[in-house]
Amino acid sequence: MVTAATLLVCVALLLGISALAVTTLRWRGASTLVYGLCAAVALALLGLAGTFLIAGAPGPSDAVLPLGLPWIGARFRLDALSAFFLIVVNLGALAASVYAVGYGRREAEPGRVLPFYPAFLAGMNLVVLADDAFSFLVAWEFMSLGSWALVMAHHREEGNSRAGYVYLLMASFGALSLLLTFGLLAGPAGGYAFDQMRLHAPPPLLAGLALMLTLMGAGSKAGLVPLHAWLPLAHPAAPSHVSALMSGVMTKVAIYAFIRIVFDLLGPAQVWWSVVVLVLGAGTAVLGILYALMQNDLKRFLAYSTVENVGIIFIGLGLALAFRAQHLALAAALAVTAALFHVLNHAMFKSLLFMGAGAVQGAAATRDMDRMGGLIGRMPLTTLAVLAGSMAISGLPPLNGFASEWLTFQAVLVSPQLAATALKFLVPAVGGMLALAAALTAAAMVRAFGVAFLGRPRSPAAAAAAETDRWSLAAMLFLAALCLVAGVLPGFVIDALAPVASALAGGHMPQQARQPWLSIVPIAESRSSYNGLLVLGFVSMSAALAALAIHRFASRAVRRAPAWDCGFPDAGPMTQYSASSFAQPIRRVFGGFVFAARDVVDMPGPGEMRPARFKAVVRDRIWEILYAPIAVAVDFIARRLNRLQFLTIRVYLSLVFLALVGLLLVLAVCV
Amino acid sequence: MCLIRDLAIQGAQMLLVLALAPLLTGWVRRVKARLTRRRGPPLLQPYRDLWRLMRKEVVLAENASWLFRAAPYLIFAATWVAAALVPTFATGLMFSWSADLIAIIALLGSARFFLALAGMDVGTAFGGIGSSREVMIASLAEPAMVMIVFSLALLAHSTQLSTVADFMRSPSVGLRVTLAMALGALLIVAVAENGRVPVDNPATHLELTMVHEAMVLEYSGRHLAVLELANFLKLLLYMSLIACVFVPWGLAPAGSGLLAPLLGLLAYGGKLAVGGTLLAVFETSVAKMRVFRAPEYLGVALMLALLGTLLLFVSRGGLR
Repeated sequence: MVTAATLLVCVALLLGISALAVTTLRWRGASTLVYGLCAAVALALLGLAGTFLIAGAPGPSDAVLPLGLPWIGARFRLDALSAFFLIVVNLGALAASVYAVGYGRREAEPGRVLPFYPAFLAGMNLVVLADDAFSFLVAWEFMSLGSWALVMAHHREEGNSRAGYVYLLMASFGALSLLLTFGLLAGPAGGYAFDQMRLHAPPPLLAGLALMLTLMGAGSKAGLVPLHAWLPLAHPAAPSHVSALMSGVMTKVAIYAFIRIVFDLLGPAQVWWSVVVLVLGAGTAVLGILYALMQNDLKRFLAYSTVENVGIIFIGLGLALAFRAQHLALAAALAVTAALFHVLNHAMFKSLLFMGAGAVQGAAATRDMDRMGGLIGRMPLTTLAVLAGSMAISGLPPLNGFASEWLTFQAVLVSPQLAATALKFLVPAVGGMLALAAALTAAAMVRAFGVAFLGRPRSPAAAAAAETDRWSLAAMLFLAALCLVAGVLPGFVIDALAPVASALAGGHMPQQARQPWLSIVPIAESRSSYNGLLVLGFVSMSAALAALAIHRFASRAVRRAPAWDCGFPDAGPMTQYSASSFAQPIRRVFGGFVFAARDVVDMPGPGEMRPARFKAVVRDRIWEILYAPIAVAVDFIARRLNRLQFLTIRVYLSLVFLALVGLLLVLAVCV
Repeated sequence: MCLIRDLAIQGAQMLLVLALAPLLTGWVRRVKARLTRRRGPPLLQPYRDLWRLMRKEVVLAENASWLFRAAPYLIFAATWVAAALVPTFATGLMFSWSADLIAIIALLGSARFFLALAGMDVGTAFGGIGSSREVMIASLAEPAMVMIVFSLALLAHSTQLSTVADFMRSPSVGLRVTLAMALGALLIVAVAENGRVPVDNPATHLELTMVHEAMVLEYSGRHLAVLELANFLKLLLYMSLIACVFVPWGLAPAGSGLLAPLLGLLAYGGKLAVGGTLLAVFETSVAKMRVFRAPEYLGVALMLALLGTLLLFVSRGGLR
């Protein structure tokens, strides 16, 4: 029997590792020891949570620690939802820790990373386990600060301190929103335990307000547009295994917060909630991937792609809310399963891709795609793993990304059952946006993979790149294998998600493992079904057959020769399509509207000797419209308030006195 | 007995699409040639070309990777499997439930993913230009295709092609505006996806507007043959798709005797001949667009399909 207490012991072990890291910093093997121990604890947590969920989540298990607020203590609970997210967190943590055993050896200043890494893991685990507002927020802040310290690990590199600053601001903003949410949910009686909140659902108006605050609090951490601004700055700045965790796992913890509050604590869903969530999700998905297509920095590109995937997950959650508001339990279960499946998938392939980016960064000494190329010959296994991740994230069968996107499409297709007019118009449009985002993702992944790994090397460092270490390879290949397994046998994942779906949607999808040939059938076979195993079998069999037959009966001769290239001899590697030129058609189609993109061509006239110049201008409109004015306003106010710093002691004393009188007056009037 | 019959039909279908695909392309070429008052190559020329290419040695670029060599087979396999899952002469195929319409589109997406990667592998400017344009076109064509699937699925209550075909043959369909819009959108998408004239020109070489030919520029010998065959299959797939959804008459239903499949075969041949002729007439009567007109052209498909879907939701009785 798995209990919350057992899990808390494991989390305490993580904190112990953190302390151990501080004491053993000077020792050379410290990084191997710390990451090894972290991997072991993550594996234990993964196993425990997995057993709990596969056993069908038999009743929640509680634990109360005598910490925190004296009248409630620190409450923790393990139920189906937290068990699922524990699996996501610790799967990512396990892979990242194994990866870091190799990666950490190349770390120049391990003292800036090692003590914070286990604490960050502990923070994420605690958020998922917390069962009252106080411990939730403390764990949330613990997670934020831990990851902030890791983002600032290489703070002397250009841009990293700004990234840390923006991250800190956004994290505080998010925490403030969540604090207010819990304030609203707790009500005047101050019931801060989640149990009490469940019992007293707030009135509709307050519930709506709490939803908006949750969207701001959890959405800013998850990267919902327009609150995504910190993600592409902070995720690339951290060391690669931490980037993998932040993008693959921490955004999922934020999604957990959203689900916990909106699906569990907020009471019966209303139709307009789902409209808000669907619009935000669809906008996030399309804008995120369009932004990603404009990036040349490999890790920043991946961070924007995370934004897109968060959008897809929110589309699933929005659909689930819509179905739940209209009391369609089965459809809601389908949508919620699709969203959670995508959560798991994204944790796998995004961690994998960030690890691949880290390996490439280590080998080619750059994150700029336009200085890479030809790595497929130099780093074959990394290439293979990243190729699997790229296929999975592009939603190509038979990998896992397709399975969850397919389920989301199926959820869109049951939308005619919805009665609300607004949703009738919105859901097909959202389906279209989802398809657009999926198609653009494939384009973006072709671009990133093609420019970084294929073609000819664009820099001497890329030409001399060497394969990464064995630990990192093991972690990446493990995740790649998981992507394949989850894609080929999605039925088992769906079945494991059944207790979570029952808890959130009040129903669950039909059991999949009993379907013939292990196909997945969301509603009925005459409606829709998909069998990843058979698709994989058919494709590999036909490919092998074709190759065999041709080699046997036609020809197998091969001759190596210079590239044909339409007869142009010896064009340099810089004539290849670069990341920017690859994105040019898409920039031209979508960019004019979204990014105010312009191509500036400076062509010298006949006889002039200066070189022709080309510049592509892409503007971040969200930053310009939303963030820049706030920054200007804060700057303006700060400059005005600056005068307060230079007053005499008399004026300060009178200000203090006036403040006291003011507060007393407020008290006298209100109480 | 039933199992054997289903298996036989499924196997026959796999071989049939493979055998017919070059013939269809030969037919389109032939009709196009006659329309421009040329005699044109014989109908069986594509088969001869394939055999000739397969027997030649492969000339690989010096830095071509394993991906470049594996991609043609993967592309061919994905396209072949997709083509074999679209009902051609009979519905209720043995394995039709292993992938619904969305999965078939995604399979074609996989093929395109590898084709675009293969175009970038050798590291020449031509390959890059082809890949870059291909993904731009796909990023618009794929959502349009998914929206078409949505409108069909909402009408037929299924994304399974067999069920959709059965539904379209039943008298309950009637004439619907949505179907007309979906057909229009599907025709536009099919032309674009197959790299046909207003978007790309299958007969060009060495022209800056080319898309597909630029990606396969570095291929030769058996690799090129397999890629060509995959391309023929894709044309056949789209024709069969349009035929089975919008002209479903003659399809042998599941569990029928021996005669129905034979009739279905005849009907299928007729549909392909008519479809090929129409394509050839269309191609000879329009001029190729500039590459940046293609988004507008595909935008029409996207809007048509989206409007068709919305119309279903809005119109009273549109959905049962």
